[in-house]
Amino acid sequence: MTIKEIARLVDGEIVGAPADDNYEVKKAFASDLMSDVLRYSMDETVLITGLCNNQTMRTSEMSDLRVVLIGRDKQPDEDMLELAEDLEITLIKSKYSIFKISGILYGAGIQPLY
Amino acid sequence: MHYSFDIERGNFADAGQASSSVKRTLKHLGVDPANIKRTVVALFEAEINAIAHAYGGRIDVDIDDGKIVMVVADQGPGIPNLDLAMQEGWSTASPQVREMGYGAGMGLPNIKKNTDDLKIETTVGVGTTVTMTVNLT
Ligand SMILES: Nc1ncnc2c1ncn2[C@@H]1O[C@H](COP(=O)(O)OP(=O)(O)O)[C@@H](O)[C@H]1O
Ligand SMILES: [Mg+2]
Repeated sequence: MTIKEIARLVDGEIVGAPADDNYEVKKAFASDLMSDVLRYSMDETVLITGLCNNQTMRTSEMSDLRVVLIGRDKQPDEDMLELAEDLEITLIKSKYSIFKISGILYGAGIQPLY
Repeated sequence: MHYSFDIERGNFADAGQASSSVKRTLKHLGVDPANIKRTVVALFEAEINAIAHAYGGRIDVDIDDGKIVMVVADQGPGIPNLDLAMQEGWSTASPQVREMGYGAGMGLPNIKKNTDDLKIETTVGVGTTVTMTVNLT
């Protein structure tokens, strides 16, 4: 699934780095705990999180994440958006809860990490 | 090649800058992505620990053809029970640290998993030095 398709499914807005239409997302992982994110391979994975700060961006950078879905209507500040652009990470902002986002993406065929 | 970075106590806004800089360097050097990932995940966890649990410190990174050696040395308070600290899920992180997404108690286990050698020297009241080696061959 493309980043734009995911954004459409969760009624989200794309911010940070522009969406790469050639990047295919196959899996998702939902967590607000950054050390848990750092434990797994994040290939072809979207991180779904309610944690919206620079730490989200740094963790994503170390994990080689290309796309992060911020739920619960959290608003990234200027610093975070700038960091996302620098790190070439696309952010999708959604008003939905993490549970609702996860349900929608699971129903649409996105796979869990485990 | 040698690189060093200062870590400032409690400076979460800049946390990860050292790991980020090392990541860029390793990419530039053409180190393979799997080794880059384990190196920067380990360094990032150690960097966060020095900011979250200690009073800041210093990072020294040495890169040669065969290995990457990273030393994260902080100025206290030390770790009273290292066996406990190494356990998955054990954490004394403050509520503020948890709010920032840390404190899952997975940092030291993550470091162990991602490195080929891990040495932790710690003295209560003095500080902790974490030495991590990643073999590139
Ligand atoms: N540099 C350090 N100085 C003092 N205590 C530390 C340090 N690193 C780790 N610790 C202790 O070990 C515990 C476990 O660390 P870690 O596995 O990284 O989990 P977390 O950072 O999520 O708490 C910490 O909660 C803290 O009590
Ligand atoms: Mg930690």
